[in-house]
Amino acid sequence: MINKNLVIIGGGPAGLAAAKSAYDAGERDIVILERQSELGGILNQCIHNGFGLHTFKEELTGPEYASRYIVEVQKRGIEYKLDTTVLSISNSKVVTAVNETDGLIKYQAKAVIVACGCRERPRGGINVAGSRCAGIFSAGTAQKLINIDGYMPGKEVVILGSGDIGLIMARRMTFEGAKVKAVVELMPYSSGLNRNIVQCLKDFDIPLLFSHTVVDIKGEGRVSSVVIAQVDEKLNPIMSTAQEIKCDTLLLSIGLVPEKELAEKAGVKVSPVTGGAVVDEGMMTSVEGIFECGNVLHVHDLVDFVSKESEDAGASAVRYIQQGIMPDGKVSIVGEDGVRYVVPQYLSKSARLDKLQLKMRVSNVFKNKRLVAEIDGEEVLSKKKQIVTPGEMESIVLTGEQIKRIQKGDRLTLRLKD
Amino acid sequence: MKDIIIIGGGIIGCAVARELCRYQVNVTLLERRGDVSLGTTKANSGIVHAGFDAKPNTLKAKFNLLGNAMFDELAKHLDFPFKRNGAFVLCFDKDELDGLKGLYDRGVANGVEGLELIDGDKARQLEPYISDKVVGALYAKTSGIVSPYEMCIAYAENAALNGCEFLFNKEVVDISKDGNKWKVSAKDGSEYFADTVINCAGVHADDINNMVCEEKFKIVARKGEYMLYDKSCGNLANRTIFQMPSKMGKGILVAPTTHGNLITGPTANDVDDKESLFTTYDGLGEVHTKSLLSVPSLNKRFVITQFSGLRAHSQGGDFIIGESSQKGFYNVAGIESPGLTSAPAIGVHVADEVADMLSLSKKENFKETRKGIPHFATMTDKEREALIKINPLYGKIVCKCEVVTEGEIVDSINRPVGAKDVDGVKLRTRAGMGKCQSGFCMEKVMEIIARERGVAFDEVQKCDGGKIVFGKAKGTDRGAL
Repeated sequence: MINKNLVIIGGGPAGLAAAKSAYDAGERDIVILERQSELGGILNQCIHNGFGLHTFKEELTGPEYASRYIVEVQKRGIEYKLDTTVLSISNSKVVTAVNETDGLIKYQAKAVIVACGCRERPRGGINVAGSRCAGIFSAGTAQKLINIDGYMPGKEVVILGSGDIGLIMARRMTFEGAKVKAVVELMPYSSGLNRNIVQCLKDFDIPLLFSHTVVDIKGEGRVSSVVIAQVDEKLNPIMSTAQEIKCDTLLLSIGLVPEKELAEKAGVKVSPVTGGAVVDEGMMTSVEGIFECGNVLHVHDLVDFVSKESEDAGASAVRYIQQGIMPDGKVSIVGEDGVRYVVPQYLSKSARLDKLQLKMRVSNVFKNKRLVAEIDGEEVLSKKKQIVTPGEMESIVLTGEQIKRIQKGDRLTLRLKD
Repeated sequence: MKDIIIIGGGIIGCAVARELCRYQVNVTLLERRGDVSLGTTKANSGIVHAGFDAKPNTLKAKFNLLGNAMFDELAKHLDFPFKRNGAFVLCFDKDELDGLKGLYDRGVANGVEGLELIDGDKARQLEPYISDKVVGALYAKTSGIVSPYEMCIAYAENAALNGCEFLFNKEVVDISKDGNKWKVSAKDGSEYFADTVINCAGVHADDINNMVCEEKFKIVARKGEYMLYDKSCGNLANRTIFQMPSKMGKGILVAPTTHGNLITGPTANDVDDKESLFTTYDGLGEVHTKSLLSVPSLNKRFVITQFSGLRAHSQGGDFIIGESSQKGFYNVAGIESPGLTSAPAIGVHVADEVADMLSLSKKENFKETRKGIPHFATMTDKEREALIKINPLYGKIVCKCEVVTEGEIVDSINRPVGAKDVDGVKLRTRAGMGKCQSGFCMEKVMEIIARERGVAFDEVQKCDGGKIVFGKAKGTDRGAL
């Protein structure tokens, strides 16, 4: 057993930012455990640009963005282990990992930051009927094949789901000479960023069909066509609208799911809405000393926000290592009336903060609303919103004064009002 | 030495092959596709039936009972996942309790032990997630669950270890007499000669029989569709939960799998196309709706995959087992449920009959046991440490959802009747069978297959005929990336 003050699980953008900030908060006894052969996480395969506009005020590619943080981590001499997979975390913060050279490694940690990201929802999750032949990929898998391995996963492509990776892959496949015949979205709106719809579909005349889904996949050995149909208000396909599209590839971009399992097995309480842990203002989970940040906590749109959240988690973990926790009341933070979730879900009554960012997603497209924060029924803050969509994370920042006022109450509610 | 050809590498062909290897005879198995277990064997409920369902005095009833009793020892000898978890047949209607008693009586007539009729409350006490509407259940304690493809692979590996030759991509297109031997011709032009031909061709057994015999029969492909839930749902049923056949139809089962997932299905629809392995919108809908009758809290969100399989249904309704009117041509056909349960007994029976026909004597050095691939996921830490010391590749996790190491994948490729493609690795190691359904690990598995088999990355297939990538991306040089 190796004693370690802080074990960080995952060397992607969340783990790197958490490590950097924990170091800068004074912690030196840190290890990052990364299952891939390189630091950087999923950013390594995201070779398109658009990263870093908030953090660095410039447009970077995924690998460029990651390398900025990798350099910071290396400059500080923070220990990291590559090709190392974490097998379990116990509720007493024993982290068991494995790799080829060390075999099994056990760390007794004072604090653990879980930053292991999310996975793509597979085909099974939405019950698409049809053949189970080759040629059906999640968008991220196709992205890895093309950008990391340098091989073409398809020539004639239909994409189901308009999540950001699907949109990015529509453009990427087009650049590589493939024909993207359609992007099919079940909902009447996209779950991707508006800028991606414009830059990845509209600019290339790729049709985006809302309120449509794939009802059948045909092919023996390899995909030969898919059948799509319109759906009704209850999202059931209208079979009379079915049409067959010849293609050799179906990419699925049907949602991302936090990799909650490691933390959940340690006893961490998970939110059924976000799929990640329920946390307080310092990203501490229901198990003392275990923290979550990044896409394992809730799926973000922009890596910039992952970095910010993870820096907060890193600093907060160091505070916990140095001071422990105070016996303390908590204000619960909930979403209602169109606000699907809010992170964090709790605010400690004794936390001394000069600001606090609340991140949230809405449940539908709404226009001309106010995003309102109420403490025990009393408005603390109101923000005008011309349009809000489920695909774009919303946030509000509370001031020190507002936080103090909230800490006197018990329940902070975020809702959309006219 | 005499020669025997087995046509078909499913659970029946592989079981017969293994049992024949006990004798001094050359056994060759011809399989149409690129691996064993890819037909009915791969896609069924994986249930070891107690034996109350088959009509008394049928081959189904006989081999079900014999086969069921063989599983405990066989699973140890061949090292495949098996668990005697028991089964319930649920009754939802007081007026149908007589029918449940009928099933009980039939089971007793068939010689099934460990049957008990229980009331709804007792059933719910044992299986807390079953419906409030259950008024009674037949409890069959000898029922079990097995991983059917792993059982088939285990049989195949043991047969290979004992001298059976496995030839793949050998679709049989003609069988004729050549002197006193049978000549079996494959689609690729190759020819094989044997004293005895054993037809274990599953849904295609009629095609094979009808090439040879005047007495034609027909095998109907009866499709069954399934849904598989992730392991977070594995505790919703400890036993296999059947529904009593009623005026509403035959019912859908809900069962745990040997690996801790939950399976629901199957439907039953006759299809003309014997390659029809796709799932359907209506079929999956039916599976879900009917499974909710048994376990109302099932949530479709936790489904990780769906699949369908084809039952080889003979028009007579019973198994067809025995030498045909043509001497030396032996049929093992119409092996539908309880075919998987019956397979061990059928294997022994067929081997003994054929050995008798050919006056074969037993081998002295038959190897009774086969050791499976070590499963890192289910080992203790001590076992893991020891294994990594011997082979560091067991310290490299490739599939993190199912915790499968590179060591296991390499082993699956390099052992007898080894994996050749991504699906082959999946069936043998579970890499890609977890929550992400190979999203993270497929590309790594492809790399390992390419390296171990000495083929190019873009030649690695999902299964036979299923190319995954189409050459290099434009302007990329893999070395330079």
